[in-house]
Amino acid sequence: MNRFKDSEHLLRVTGVFLAGIVLFLCLRAWFVPKSFGQYGHYRADSITEIAALPIRHAGHEVCESCHADVLEVKHTGKHANVNCEACHGPLAKHAEDPSIKPVLPDTAVLCARCHEANSAKPKWFPQVVTAEHSQGLPCNTCHQPHKPGLKDTDAKPADSKTADSKTAEAKK
Amino acid sequence: MHFIPAANFTYPNEIELNWSILVVLYPFITGLVAGAFILASLERVFNVEAVKPTYRLALLTALSFMIVAPLPLQLHLGHPERSFEMYLTPHTSSAMAMFGFVYLWYLMVVLVLEIWLDFRHDIVLLSRSTTGLKRVIYRLMTLGSQNISPGALRFDDRAGYTITIIGIPSAFLLHGYVGFIFGSVKANPWWSSPLMPVVFIFSAMVSGIAAVMLLYMGTTKLRGEKINQDCADTIAKYLFYAFIVDFSLEMLDLIHRIYEADESFRSLDFMVHNSLWIPHVIIQLLMGTLTPILLLAATQLMKLPPVTRQRMYALAGSLTLIGIFAMRWNVVIGGQLFSKSLLGYTTYTVPLWTREGLLPAIALTLMPFGILFVLVKLLPPWPGSGPSAKLGGLHAETSGGRL
Amino acid sequence: MNRRFFITLTGAAAVAWDSVLAGAPESSPNYKVTDHWWAMLIDVDKCIGCGNCVRACSVENDVPEGFFRTWVERYQVDDMHLDDPLVDSPNGAKNGFPPLPPGKGLTGPGVKEFFVPKLCNHCADSPCTQVCPVGATFTTPDGVVLVDETYCLGCRYCVEACPYGCRFIHPEKNVAQKCTLCYHRITKGLTTACCEACPTSSRMLADLKNPNDPIHEFMKKHSVQVLKPHMATGAKAFYANLDGSVR
Repeated sequence: MNRFKDSEHLLRVTGVFLAGIVLFLCLRAWFVPKSFGQYGHYRADSITEIAALPIRHAGHEVCESCHADVLEVKHTGKHANVNCEACHGPLAKHAEDPSIKPVLPDTAVLCARCHEANSAKPKWFPQVVTAEHSQGLPCNTCHQPHKPGLKDTDAKPADSKTADSKTAEAKK
Repeated sequence: MHFIPAANFTYPNEIELNWSILVVLYPFITGLVAGAFILASLERVFNVEAVKPTYRLALLTALSFMIVAPLPLQLHLGHPERSFEMYLTPHTSSAMAMFGFVYLWYLMVVLVLEIWLDFRHDIVLLSRSTTGLKRVIYRLMTLGSQNISPGALRFDDRAGYTITIIGIPSAFLLHGYVGFIFGSVKANPWWSSPLMPVVFIFSAMVSGIAAVMLLYMGTTKLRGEKINQDCADTIAKYLFYAFIVDFSLEMLDLIHRIYEADESFRSLDFMVHNSLWIPHVIIQLLMGTLTPILLLAATQLMKLPPVTRQRMYALAGSLTLIGIFAMRWNVVIGGQLFSKSLLGYTTYTVPLWTREGLLPAIALTLMPFGILFVLVKLLPPWPGSGPSAKLGGLHAETSGGRL
Repeated sequence: MNRRFFITLTGAAAVAWDSVLAGAPESSPNYKVTDHWWAMLIDVDKCIGCGNCVRACSVENDVPEGFFRTWVERYQVDDMHLDDPLVDSPNGAKNGFPPLPPGKGLTGPGVKEFFVPKLCNHCADSPCTQVCPVGATFTTPDGVVLVDETYCLGCRYCVEACPYGCRFIHPEKNVAQKCTLCYHRITKGLTTACCEACPTSSRMLADLKNPNDPIHEFMKKHSVQVLKPHMATGAKAFYANLDGSVR
C-alpha cells in the first residue's frame, strides 16, 4: 500500500504521456491522407494527379492524322524518323485547336542545331560548317526540310553554289 | 583559397548546396545534448563523486540544447508546415524518419522525466513557498502530487537511476543516429562510412563534456564562488580520454581513406587541400583537436598550480567547441563541395540575413543559453542551493544513500 | 509548304486529340499500372548533342530555368587518362553545344569525343525513395520514380542521396523535383517528350513488361550498361555503347 502511495506520482506522469499518445493517434487517424498506403508508403492519389498533368507535345501520330501529305513526303526521305515536334516544337495547343497557327521555324537556325559540325558528333551524322556551307542563307533555299537533299526545283538561287552536298557527304 | 580547376565539371543540378549552415548546427547541438547527458550519467551510474557539482547543471544544459535541436532543421525545410508528416507517416526505410521518435523519446522519457524526478523534492517545496505566477508554475510541475515522504524520495531516486541506465544507450542512439543519417548515404563518398556514427558519438561526448566544463566554471565564477578543483580536474580528465578516442577514430578514418585511395580519393584529396584546408586541417585538426589534446595532456602530466590548470581547461574547452563545430561543418558542408561526378567542385558562402543565413544560425546557437537561464532560475542546479538542500533535506541524504 | 488543310481537318484533329486525352490512341483504353515496367534506352552512338530533349522536357514539364530533369554531357577522353575525362554541359545543353573555345578542349591522336544524355535512372532500388522520411517520393507499381509535390517537406535528403545528380529543389515550390518519365504521357500511350523530340532516336522509351517492345531485341543484340553500377541502384536507364569513363 505504502509502496503504491510513494510511486503514485509516477503514474501521473505516465497518465500525461498516455494522454499525449492517444491524442497523437487520434490526430494521426485524422490527418493521414485517405489514399496513403494503397500501393505502398505514399499517397496513391498523387499518381493520378501526376498522370493528369497537361500535355504539351501532341505526339507525331496526332500530327499525322491531319497532315498525311507531309507524312508521305517525309517517309521517302532521310528525315522519315524525325518526329514533327522535334523541329516544329510543342504543338499540343495546335492539335487541340487547329485555328491556333504555329510559327514556322527559321531553317537557318533550326537545321544548324543538328547539322552544325561538331567534333563530338558521331561521324555517321551529316554535318556542315554553316558559315562556309550556306553563308547564313536559310537552309530551305536549297533543301526541302521534310525530304532533305537538294531541291530539284527551279527555285535555286544563283548565288547558292551551295557548298555542295559534297561537304555533307564527306562528313558522313 | 577557393581555387577551382579549369576542367571543373559538376552535374548541372549541383549548382546549389542543399544542406546549409543550419544543418551543420543540428549535429553540433544534438552532440552537446548527448555529451552533457553522458557526463551527468557518470556521476549517477558510475558513482564518480567528483563531478557531482555538475550533475544537475549538465542535465539542464542537455535539456536546453535538446529543446533547440530540431529548430535548425525546421527552419531549413522547404515546407516547415509539413514537418508533422514525419510523425504521421514515418517511412521505415528512411534514416531520417525516425528523427521525430528518437527525439521525443530522448526529450520526454529521458531528459524531462529524469529532471522531474531529480528536482521533484525542490519543486514540491517551491510550490509551497512561492507566490503568484511562480506558484502556479511549480504547482503544475508537481502534477498535483505533494508526496515527498522519505519513501517517495527513495522511489524517485531509484526510478531516476533506472532512467539514467536507459538514458545512456539513448544518448548513444540519439547521436549515433545523427551520424548514421550521413554515414548511410552511399552516393556521397565523403559521408559514406560505418565509422561515421561512432565518430559522431565520441565527438558528441567531447563537445558535451567541454561545454558543461566551461558552463560549470563560468557560472561558478559568475556566482562569485570557488571552482571545485577536484571536479574541474576530473571533468578535464574525462574530456582528455574521450578526445583521445575521438582523435584516434578520425585518424583511422583518414588513414584508411588515404591508404585505400578508392575512386573518390583524388577528388576528396583535392578538396581537403583547397576549399577545406582552413576549416579541416587548420581549424579542426590543428587548432580544435591537437592543441586541446596537448593542453589537456600537459595538465595531466605536469604539476601545475590550480589557477593555471583552470585557465588551460578554459582554453582547451573553448578550442574543443570550435574544433567540434568545424568537424560538423567539414562533414556537412565538405560533403557537398565536390561533385558526385568526382570531376569538379563548388563553393559555399554563408549568406547573412536569409532564412538559412548566419544570423538565424547565431540566434539558434544563443537560444539554448536563454532557455538554460530560465531553467536555472526555475530549478536551481547549484550544489546546496535548492530548498531541499537548504532544509538540510532528504535529497542529499538519498543521493548519498545509493552508494 | 502547304497549310490548306487546317480548317477542313479540324474534325479529324479533334478526334485524334480526344483519343490522346482519353488515354492511349490505339491499344489500351484503360491503363493498368501492373501491366508495365518502364525503362529508358539510350544509344550513346546516336546522340548528336542537339539539346532537343532538354528543350522539349523543359516545356513539357515546366522545368524551372537553371535546373534540369534531363541534360546532355559532352565527354572528351584522352587514352592516356581514361579516368580523367574533360566534361562539360553548358546550361545542360539546352542550347546544344557550341564548339569548345580554342585551347580549352583536349587534342591529340588518342582523344575521343561523344555526348551522353542523362536523366533520372528510375532505379528499381532507388536510394532517393529509400531516404524520403515521409513517403513523398516513391516508385510507382509500373516502375517510375515520382515526387508527390503536395507532400514533400523539402528536406533535401533525396537530393543528397541520388548518386546521379538528377534531383533538385524547385526554387518557387520548395519541393524536390525530377524526371517523371513523362508519366502524364506514357500512361496515355504517348512516348516521353524527350523521346518525341529526339531526332536520331538516341533515346527510346521501353516497357520491359511488354513482350512486343523492341527493347528485348535491342538488349539481346547490344552490350548494355547502366551508370555507376557499383551503386547497385537497379538503374533502368540502359546505355548502349557507353564509354567506361562516363560517370
